[in-house]
Amino acid sequence: MKSIQELEEIRRRTLETINVRKDRSGTRVVVGMATCGIAAGARPVLLTIMDEVKKNSLADVIVAQTGCIGMCRLEPIVEVYRPGEEKVTYVKVNEGKAIRIVNEHIRQGKVVEEYTIGAEDK
Amino acid sequence: MKDLSLHVLDLAQNAISAVADLVAISINEDAVSDRLTILIEDNGKGMPPELLASVKDPFVTTRTSRRIGLGIPLMLAACRRCDGDLEIVSSLGSGTKLTAVFRYSHIDRAPIGNMAETLVTLILCGINEKGSVDFVYTHMLNGRTFVFDTREIKAVLGADVSLTEPEVLAWINDYIKEGLANLHGGVQ
Repeated sequence: MKSIQELEEIRRRTLETINVRKDRSGTRVVVGMATCGIAAGARPVLLTIMDEVKKNSLADVIVAQTGCIGMCRLEPIVEVYRPGEEKVTYVKVNEGKAIRIVNEHIRQGKVVEEYTIGAEDK
Repeated sequence: MKDLSLHVLDLAQNAISAVADLVAISINEDAVSDRLTILIEDNGKGMPPELLASVKDPFVTTRTSRRIGLGIPLMLAACRRCDGDLEIVSSLGSGTKLTAVFRYSHIDRAPIGNMAETLVTLILCGINEKGSVDFVYTHMLNGRTFVFDTREIKAVLGADVSLTEPEVLAWINDYIKEGLANLHGGVQ
C-alpha cells in the first residue's frame, strides 16, 4: 500500500538533489495534448517520456505539453528543443518510438531521422 | 476517444485554460440506478451566456489556432449514444460545471479507462496564470468512495518539492491505481 510516509521519504530525497538541478539549461520535450493528440494516444507517449527521463535520471530535461500544433493527422506529435540546435518534430509517436527518442536523441544527441516530420513527408 | 478517462483529460484541460485554481473531478458508478455520472467542476472564469449556448457546437471554440473544437461535442456524442446526456452550467466569474451521464450498462458505453494516468497527466499539464492547479478526484463505486486531493499531497511535500517531480508523479500514479483497485475489492 502506498503510504504518506513514502511520500515524505521522496520529499527528503528530492530536496537533497534539488539544488543540483536548479540550473536547468537543458532539453525541452513538448507533447501535443489537445483533443486530437489525446485521441491519437498522446497520454501514454507523455507518460513514457516522463518515465524514461526518470529511469535515466536526466535531471536537465523538462517535459511539457502544448495544445494543438495544427497537424492533427500526424498526432501524437513530440517536439524536442535542445539548446543551440534547431527544433526537431517527431510525428505519429507511440510508446516504442518515445523510448528511442529519449535514448538516442535526448541522451546521445542523435536525431531519430525516420520518425521526424521530414521523413513522414517523403 | 477510446475510453472515458481520455475525455476527462481533454475536458479538464478546458478548466485549466479557464484559469481555475481548483478542478474537481468526480466519477460515480452506480449499478443500482444504472447510471454513470462524470462531473468536472472548476472555479475558473466561466462562460458568458452566448458562448455557453453554443459550446456544444463543433464549430465553436475559444482557441485561436482554428475554428473547430471537438472536446465537448465528442463527449456529448459518447453520452447520447448511451442513453445519456451532457449538461454544462456556467456563468462569468463563477466557474463551470460539466455533468456527463451515461446508462451504466449500455453496450456502447466506453470503459472508464486509466484515471491514474489522466490525473498524473493533468498534474503535469496543470499550470496556468494562477500557478499550479489543484485537483480533487472522487471516485464512487456503488456507494464506496475513493478521494485523491493534490492539496493534501502539497501539504506533505512543502513548498520546495513540486508535484511534478518524476518520483512524486510515480507515487501519485500508484496511489490512485491502488485506491481504485481497493474500490473494486482489491482487483485491478
